[in-house]
Amino acid sequence: MSPEKFKTLTSRTMVLPQENIDTDQIIPARFLTTTTREGLGKAAFYDWRYDEEGRPKNSSVFNGVNPETTRILVAGSNFGCGSSREHAPWALADFGFKAVISSDIADIFKSNALKNGLLPVTVDEATHEKLLASPGAEVTINLEEMTVTLEDGATSAFPVEAFARRCLLDGVDPLGHLINQMPAIRGYEEARQ
Amino acid sequence: MKPQSLFDKLWSRHVVVDETEEAPTVIYIDLHLVHEVTSPQAFSAIAERGLRVRRPDLTLATLDHSTPTRRAGADGRLPYASKAAEAQVQTLIDNCTANNIRLLSLDDPQRGIVHVIGPELGLTQPGKTIVCGDSHTSTHGAFGALAFGIGTTEVGHVLATQCVLQRKPKSMRVTFEGALGEGVGAKDMALAMIAAIGADGGQGYAVEFAGEAVEALSMEGRMTLCNMSIEAGARFGMVAPDAKTFEFLKGREYAPKGAHWERMLDDWRALPSEDGAEFDREVTINVSALAPMITYGVSPDAAAPVTSNAPAPANDAERDAAAYMRLDAARPFAEARVDRVFIGSCTNSRLSDLREAASVMRGRKVARGVTALVVPGSYNVKRAAEAEGLDRIFTDAGAEWREPGCSMCIAMNGDKGAPGELVVSTSNRNFVGRQGSGVRTVLASPATAAASAVAGFIADPRPYLANEGARDVA
Repeated sequence: MSPEKFKTLTSRTMVLPQENIDTDQIIPARFLTTTTREGLGKAAFYDWRYDEEGRPKNSSVFNGVNPETTRILVAGSNFGCGSSREHAPWALADFGFKAVISSDIADIFKSNALKNGLLPVTVDEATHEKLLASPGAEVTINLEEMTVTLEDGATSAFPVEAFARRCLLDGVDPLGHLINQMPAIRGYEEARQ
Repeated sequence: MKPQSLFDKLWSRHVVVDETEEAPTVIYIDLHLVHEVTSPQAFSAIAERGLRVRRPDLTLATLDHSTPTRRAGADGRLPYASKAAEAQVQTLIDNCTANNIRLLSLDDPQRGIVHVIGPELGLTQPGKTIVCGDSHTSTHGAFGALAFGIGTTEVGHVLATQCVLQRKPKSMRVTFEGALGEGVGAKDMALAMIAAIGADGGQGYAVEFAGEAVEALSMEGRMTLCNMSIEAGARFGMVAPDAKTFEFLKGREYAPKGAHWERMLDDWRALPSEDGAEFDREVTINVSALAPMITYGVSPDAAAPVTSNAPAPANDAERDAAAYMRLDAARPFAEARVDRVFIGSCTNSRLSDLREAASVMRGRKVARGVTALVVPGSYNVKRAAEAEGLDRIFTDAGAEWREPGCSMCIAMNGDKGAPGELVVSTSNRNFVGRQGSGVRTVLASPATAAASAVAGFIADPRPYLANEGARDVA
C-alpha cells in the first residue's frame, strides 16, 4: 500500500501547546482493541474532546475546529512520546490532519506518521514559539523544499529523512523497496548459515 | 580499526544493505515478537498484497494486552473487557494458525507478557536483533541484544521480509557509578536517569547502560532498566552480556545446547564495548546516595526521592501536572493517601520483583481503603512464585493475586483505577488517564509500591525492609 502523496500543504493550524503529549492522549488505549486501521478519527484526543458521558467538553480547543480546513496540528515539544501504537497517526490522519509541527517529535511516532501520509515537521524554537502563539494562522508546508512559511512570510527549513521524503513525494512504498532487496536478504541469510 | 561499542557491533552484524543518502539501512531481524494489539493490521496489510510470513521460525506470538487477568467464570468464558477485545485475541490466534507461527495461546503454560516470555524461553540472546510492535522492546537489550519497538507498518515489513529500514541512531552511554543502598533498585536507577536527562533526552540515541551499579544488577534488574529507555525517548537500551547473562540463559528451551552453546559463548564474550569506544553522548550518574524514587507528575521524568516533597511547579506545564496529580508541594509525599497499588507490567512483574514486594508485605496487611493488585508477568513467574508461597503472602495481606498479563499498566483489559484515585504502580508510564480516566499514577519500585499498599500512604520501603529480620524471628 503506497502512502498518500504529499507535496505542499497550505492550511490553518490548530494549537495544542502542552509539552510531552503522549500517544495515550492522542488515542487512549481502550480504543486499541480494533483490528482495522479505519475510522479512528473519532477516537483522536477522545478524553480531551469528550467527558465521561461522551458529551463534547465545552473547554475543548477541538470545538471550534473544522477538520476540513484545519490540516496542521501545532504541538508542544516531545509530541508523540510513549507507546509505539501506529493507531496514533491513524487517528490523527483520519481526523483530518496532514501534518504535525513541533520543536521535537518522538522517534517512533515520527517513523509511524511518515508511513501514513502525516508529515512530522520539526522546526527551530523561534518558529515554534511563533506558531504556538498564533492558533488558526495560515501556514504553508513545502516538502519538496523542506520549508515552512508562516503568515508573516517568514520561512524556515525543516529536516526530513531522505527516503521517507521520497516515499511521500513520489508515492514510493517502503515495503516495495524492501521486497526489491530480497536477493540481498537471501544472500545475508545464506552467508550466516 | 577504531574501538567498537556493543551497539556498533550489534548494528554492523545485521546490516543487509548499508545506508546511503537516499535510503536507510536494511537491518536483519533475528527475532520478531508479536502480540494481539499491534499486529492485526500488519497481517492484513501483507495478505492484501499476497505476501506470506517469510520466517515463522523467527517469529513468536503471545497474548498479553487485551487478555483478562481474572479466571474464566462458571460458564467457562473469560471475562473480556469487550467483544472487541475478545475478537482481537481471536484474530491473533487465527493469524498464527494461518501463518504457522508459534503462539503462546490462552491455555499455554508458557504464556505471559511479551517482554517477560522472550528471556524466559531463552529466545532473547546476546547479539540478536529483536523487534516487536511495542515500545518496551528495549527490555531485551538487557542481554546485549539490539532490541527496539516498531510500528504496525514495520511489523508488516518484518513479517514479509524479516527486515526493517532504519537509519543508524546516535549512541549514548549512561554510566552508573557507585553501589546501591538497601531497598534501592533498578527501577529507582531508571527513574533517576530519566529525571536527569528528560523524557526526550534519549531521542535519536541507542543507549548503553554501563558501570559498576549496572554490573551488580541481576538480569531482572537490567531488564527493568532497559525497559524504561523509551521513557527517556530512546528506542534502544542495552547492557553488555556477562557471566550473569550466560548463567540466566543456560538450559532454557531455546538457548543453544552442547558444543553450540560453547561456540555461542565465545561469540557473546566478544560483544562488550571495547576500551576507547566512542559515544556521541556520555552521562554519568552516581547511585551511592540514591533514595527510592517515585514520580509526582504526568511524565516519567517528573521523578524525585520518595523522602522529599513534590517540587513547586515552575511553568504552565508543571502547574497543569500538579493540578492533575494534587500532590501538595508544601507536604511530604509520605502524607499523600493511596487508593490503589499495582504490582506488575513488563517493567516489574518478574520473580525477583514479586519477591521484593513480598518481603515488604510478609506478615503485614494492605491498609484499609487500599486495593492492591499483584499480576505476575507470565505463567512461569506465577508458578515459581506460588511454589515459594509468595501468592499466600500477598493474599494473606489482602492483595489480589491474578493471572498474567499487562493489566493495569495499559488498562485495556478492564483492570483500571477509578477517576481521581491515586495509584502507586510498578509500571512504566504516569501519563494522564493511562491507568483509567482521571487516575493519578505514581511510578515506583515493587518495594515502594508494596510499602505504600501497607502504609496507605506513599511510603519509603526501607523501614519495612529493615524490620524484616525481626519479624522472621518473631
